[in-house]
Amino acid sequence: MSVSSVPPATGPVIPGSVEPIDDIYRRLMRERWFPVAVLLVAFLVLVILAEQFDAIALTAPGTFRQMLILGSPILLAGLGGLYCERAGIVNIGLEGMMILGTWASAWGGMHWGPWAGLAFGIAGGAVGGLLHAIATVGFGVDHIVSGVAINILAPGITRYLSSKTFAEEGGSISTSPSVKGEATDVTLPFLSGGDLFGWKTPDILGWIERQDWFYISDVAGALRGMTTDIPLLVVLAIALVPFTAWLLWRTAFGLRLRSAGENPFAADSLGVPVYRFQTIACLASGGCAGFGGALLVLETTGNYKEGQVAGRGFIGLAALIFGNWRPTGVLAGSGLFGYAEGLARRDLDGQSVRGLVLFLAICALVGVAILIARRNVRAAGITAMLAGLMIVWFVATDEIPEELVFITAPVLTLVVLVVAGRSLRPPRYDGFVWRKGESD
Amino acid sequence: MSSSRRLLYAVAAPVIALVVTLAITSIVILISGANPLDAYRNMIEYSTRLRGVASIVNQAVPLFIAGVAVAIGFQMNLFNIGVEGQYRLAGLIAAWAGAQVAWPAVFHVTFIIAVAMIVGALWAGIAGVLKVTRNVNEVISTIMLNQIAFGVGLWLFNDYLKLEGGTNLAAQTEEIPSTGWMPSADWLFEIFGLDMPGGRSAIYGFLIVAIALGALYWVTLMRTRFGYDLRASGLNPNAALTSGVNPKRMVIVTMLLSGAVAGLIGLPSLMGNTHFYDEAFPAGLGFDGIAVALLGQYHPVGMAVGALLFGFLDYSSGGLQLAGIEPEVVAIMKGTIMLCAVIAYTVVRRLAAAAEVQEAARRLEHDRPGRPSRAAPAGAPA
Repeated sequence: MSVSSVPPATGPVIPGSVEPIDDIYRRLMRERWFPVAVLLVAFLVLVILAEQFDAIALTAPGTFRQMLILGSPILLAGLGGLYCERAGIVNIGLEGMMILGTWASAWGGMHWGPWAGLAFGIAGGAVGGLLHAIATVGFGVDHIVSGVAINILAPGITRYLSSKTFAEEGGSISTSPSVKGEATDVTLPFLSGGDLFGWKTPDILGWIERQDWFYISDVAGALRGMTTDIPLLVVLAIALVPFTAWLLWRTAFGLRLRSAGENPFAADSLGVPVYRFQTIACLASGGCAGFGGALLVLETTGNYKEGQVAGRGFIGLAALIFGNWRPTGVLAGSGLFGYAEGLARRDLDGQSVRGLVLFLAICALVGVAILIARRNVRAAGITAMLAGLMIVWFVATDEIPEELVFITAPVLTLVVLVVAGRSLRPPRYDGFVWRKGESD
Repeated sequence: MSSSRRLLYAVAAPVIALVVTLAITSIVILISGANPLDAYRNMIEYSTRLRGVASIVNQAVPLFIAGVAVAIGFQMNLFNIGVEGQYRLAGLIAAWAGAQVAWPAVFHVTFIIAVAMIVGALWAGIAGVLKVTRNVNEVISTIMLNQIAFGVGLWLFNDYLKLEGGTNLAAQTEEIPSTGWMPSADWLFEIFGLDMPGGRSAIYGFLIVAIALGALYWVTLMRTRFGYDLRASGLNPNAALTSGVNPKRMVIVTMLLSGAVAGLIGLPSLMGNTHFYDEAFPAGLGFDGIAVALLGQYHPVGMAVGALLFGFLDYSSGGLQLAGIEPEVVAIMKGTIMLCAVIAYTVVRRLAAAAEVQEAARRLEHDRPGRPSRAAPAGAPA
């Protein structure tokens, strides 16, 4: 993920002041190892916090496994938003599309097993995407309005369909019978001791973890958590990230799709069928959201429960913005949000969540340093204030209530918008109702 | 455009939407194996009893208020999606605050209303401040603030505001003393000689507040300097700026007003029926309010019709049930009618604009020099 590096214009550039730091920062961001290094350092901080405050859940392997499972529906919603918004169509109907996905997936799953559940979930979400395409691309309805309409319509449709199906097949109007069969879990061979053609491979990470070496064992544990008994569907979801990056940034198809979002007038004048690409984008968007809904059904509850999406479509939108409309950014955002949710579920005494607050405060202080170095005083001031608030909160409370963990995602998104709003770069014509043949 | 044609355009869209919705619903009912005409007759018969009318009005009151809250923002192109979070947080805090005092009725009622409006305004104001200081899009910030409001509300309720040690299993806030209740507005109907059901079905006193609010909204918008500035900012921000309107101030004031009105949404049932906040506190009214505002195209009369329509649909689902049809058909009708209405409005607006352009071109043709100018053809504006 690159960050747009144009600092606010503040008169002539003084040699030796802003530029070198900005230069280093920019060069570092371009390095492939840099994100890995950041992650490793961040993890070191977590390990120290976990030891200091007896907050074992912060670095427990199970937390990281939960991070993947809970983060991937958010990831899929975010990717759904990415396809749509890259083509210039804002999609706040992701929530509704996910709801359609959960219903369809449960219905397919209870009859023909998890793979059918996946296929039906994607198709169900795509139906929502099609509605959005008909309204916004076909009729030129305002994107937000259409999204709100889909969010109102979707629970109505699923409630009606449930009364016609689940209520008569052993479930009820708000819950479906369980999905038939189990979805496959996979474990990485050699490193985490997965099976390879029936042969039990060694568990190298597990061995390192048991040595109890400071930091190294913790890293091994986290990696083992992320590679042991992971649902195949989650692996598929994460594989969609590199696939999306390739499709949208390395193919002619992707270039045309993005051109519809960057400047539909120019794209049209070059012969790109803007409407067609926007329609495809809406369908892909709905399909991704439906996949996310299917994951909720197949991997977290095992059946359809009314209201189980619970705002995850909106959190996916948050991940999209947090990730600066880029696939890797969406991955990072949903990983962080999934981590917070996983932590809250495993944390019984509230200590680990308290540790997370301190961790975020430390991140904010690092942010302050970077912002000061980049001479963005105002943003630095706001960030420092937030860091101060978090530290006060940390000191003042013994335990952080679980309910507040779930606001991590929206709060962080607002913070990013406030502090780094200028560096974010949404597609230029995102949300613009473009009509062929009409002028700007 | 002549006023009769303008009226035609205004009415055409909702009528088209209603017809399409009825067509789609009829298909759904046919698939369910019932007769759509029977279903509709049942819905209407069920709802036109006095008890039904009272219930529909009671459901329409908060929806109308929600519509006004959304419409205030819409007037200057501010999309306040956060109405949902604003009213739920405001309802919770107002319910708690109302139970802490026992003042004479006038002060008590005013106090609860004021608390709700202030909480709603402050929560919406965050989005306004973020927009003018950091240029954060209000759609995104209000979506995020919704999620935050749900989390914060749940936390406040569980950890601080709910009644401790109650015998009830269901968690709730302390009951508001009767001085903080809103008297019923049944008398408004009894003037016309109607024998109102009363009791749990009594008309919310907030009906009067809602009517006053609708009137105030329209008068402010159409008859005051502020309303003019608001509409001007929405129609053409640059023109408004050059004529001396401070756009930043307008954004903040609009968000505060929208949020203050949103704060009222939960009060009709809170002060007229339940008198405490619990998990059954109505949800989703903020989003339905967006639907009502769009259906009524931000006009108070239109929004009142939209709110009554939604109230009717909600209540009449009972009639469907009696006819052996899944009452959930109504949920589909609500969503469909909104989607159809926004599509129909967009299409009709485009047709109207095209017709206007055509008419202007035709008039130019007439006025072209070198040609004897004729009297304007019948039907064209003077």
